[in-house]
Amino acid sequence: MNARDTVLGRIRAALADVPADEAPQDVPVARDYLADHAGADPTGLFADRVADYRAEVVRTAPADAKQAVAEALRRRGVRSLVVPPGFPEEFLPDDGPWQRLGDDPQLTVAELDAADGVLTTAAVGIAVTGTIVLDTGPGQGRRALTLLPDYHLCVVREEQIVGDVPEALAALDPARPLTFVSGPSATSDIELDRVEGVHGPRTLVVVLVGAEPVV
Amino acid sequence: MTTGTGDGLVWLDTPAFPEAARTALADTQLRGNLRRATGTIRDKRLAVTGELADWEQLRAAGAALKRRTLRHLDCYLVELEESVTRAGGTVHWAADADQANRIVTELVRAAGADEVVKVKSMATQEIGLNEALAEAGIAAYETDLAELIVQLGGDRPSHILVPAIHRNRGEIQGIFRREMAAWGRPAPEGLTDEPRALAEAARLHLREKFLRARVAVSGANFAIAGTGTVGVVESEGNGRMCLTLPQTLITVMGIEKVLPAWSDLEVFLQLLPRSSTGERMNPYTSTWTGRTPGDGPQDFHLVLLDNGRTATLADTVGRQALACIRCSACLNVCPVYERTGGHAYGSVYPGPIGAVLTPQLAGVDKAPSLPFASTLCGACYDACPVKINIPEVLAHLRAEVVESKRRSHRAPTPEALVMRAAAAALATPRRLSAAQRSARLGSHLLARKGRIGRLPGPLRAWSDSRDSPQPPAETFHAWWRRTHPGETRSGESR
Ligand code: SF4
Repeated sequence: MNARDTVLGRIRAALADVPADEAPQDVPVARDYLADHAGADPTGLFADRVADYRAEVVRTAPADAKQAVAEALRRRGVRSLVVPPGFPEEFLPDDGPWQRLGDDPQLTVAELDAADGVLTTAAVGIAVTGTIVLDTGPGQGRRALTLLPDYHLCVVREEQIVGDVPEALAALDPARPLTFVSGPSATSDIELDRVEGVHGPRTLVVVLVGAEPVV
Repeated sequence: MTTGTGDGLVWLDTPAFPEAARTALADTQLRGNLRRATGTIRDKRLAVTGELADWEQLRAAGAALKRRTLRHLDCYLVELEESVTRAGGTVHWAADADQANRIVTELVRAAGADEVVKVKSMATQEIGLNEALAEAGIAAYETDLAELIVQLGGDRPSHILVPAIHRNRGEIQGIFRREMAAWGRPAPEGLTDEPRALAEAARLHLREKFLRARVAVSGANFAIAGTGTVGVVESEGNGRMCLTLPQTLITVMGIEKVLPAWSDLEVFLQLLPRSSTGERMNPYTSTWTGRTPGDGPQDFHLVLLDNGRTATLADTVGRQALACIRCSACLNVCPVYERTGGHAYGSVYPGPIGAVLTPQLAGVDKAPSLPFASTLCGACYDACPVKINIPEVLAHLRAEVVESKRRSHRAPTPEALVMRAAAAALATPRRLSAAQRSARLGSHLLARKGRIGRLPGPLRAWSDSRDSPQPPAETFHAWWRRTHPGETRSGESR
């Protein structure tokens, strides 16, 4: 008998107490939890929660977005910037003191490792958890692009923000590789003392494009 | 050295729990580290779970989904195999540790590699994969910071989430300075004991390994039967490195980790980070489905591991332990864990969940003292995001230990005596007596007493003192004085 038959046979024997006519759906699962914990202002909550992870959040109106991106890159002193295919022109600074690296043809691992930063969009933002989700769609690039450079600037449009995790999962396509990013990489492995920045980008900046917040 | 079913699940050179606990209790440094660490993480967890008004409903849904999955595990695994295969991955089945190790070794060889990078996987620790690979001449590099500390220190993990929780910054600094050079890039000159500096040293040390790695071995937090999607939940980005950069990815996953549908993740992605690190969401969660042309590994293998899980499944009481999502909340609230640390459990799976999982996976005769490594206070049950009734399973396994000893005609008296000593050691001081006075815990004790009653025979003395809401007569201090004549407890702070 091969291992597959062995394991499946053992499982069936172990489940002898489960009635033969019981279907998976017969085991009740109550879905009475809340679909959303976000409240009235998901955008504001998203901004707060992202900042809570010690990521930088910049809120800007659509007309000023390009400027906000350029300023953030200058503040950081970025000299080489990875810009994935499909990044929207409307958010792309026209020029700056950086060299632009497209990923077509694909950059090598060494080239990515040497780049100062990466500029992307996102697929979805989750307000309650302060998460951005990347699905490798246009403007996001393959996964390595947002992993190796030490600085990640992500442009999120207000209308991409959903309240909570259930809505986000419903909006995403699991067939694509997905990366849920909540703040910069971090570790608490040394005396549970949180340190931001281990292997992934140590600095995450989110430029949030939408109506200006009412102050 | 590990042996038995060819795996690293139970460390047979570790003494039985009571003996190991006694050693750990004498280590004031360890106890100080643990008290601080578990206290911090407990507070964080309570803060973020308290934010969700429907936390109890989420727990109930998590428990129900796991129950549904386990009762129909064969169907979901077959469905998972189909979906992963359809998406371009290859599924392997392993009935035990040896089979799993052989599959992985052959896959690494087929990829022409003599080293692999690894992202934290309890399943591969359980099967002793690193040792098996070493025997085949393949180097396995742990990339999780805590795992790296454990590996470089020639040490063993002592916590599910923070495997090096027993090490403080000074010890880690020493390990990095001494050992890094032998494994690759040495520690930077003048490395301090600042956590930031230590994390930076790990980043530099591992970078070259990530960039040149051709094969990665990972665990999995879940796999979705319906879509074939596999996921890893992490913090540091070492997971992303392993899942993205190499050409070949081998994921070793216990069969119980399958979930029915993509939408079911909405429950677990809320439960897990909050219970585990006490965050609303962990920094990185990666999901992938088979392979994606032009992005990430082009060769993906999923190894489905039994290794004692089906035996656990066969026990209708013990089965619930397979619902565990390895959040480690039960460790952080456990008065016994806080005082003994993880090593005393002598297993890859420490703490309350280890006390029920290890004897079931390896057989109660391999770890007969573990079901007794608890005060049955019920804190683990209250904390568990998937509502595993650990005290219930412990009581059930205690009865099994007694039965197995009776069958083998071994006189249980000596072990019962050791356990009695440990009972006193673990029961006090202050912290536990305070816990035992709390009304909430008291109600658990009463409910349980109605169900299990006393243990028979020579273990009665143990169960009597354990099940009683009253602290035993002998305090830790008294026990210490009695068992360590002539020693002072310098450095003992509380
Ligand atoms: S038993 Fe429950 S609390 Fe303990 S690690 Fe598993 S899921 Fe977490």
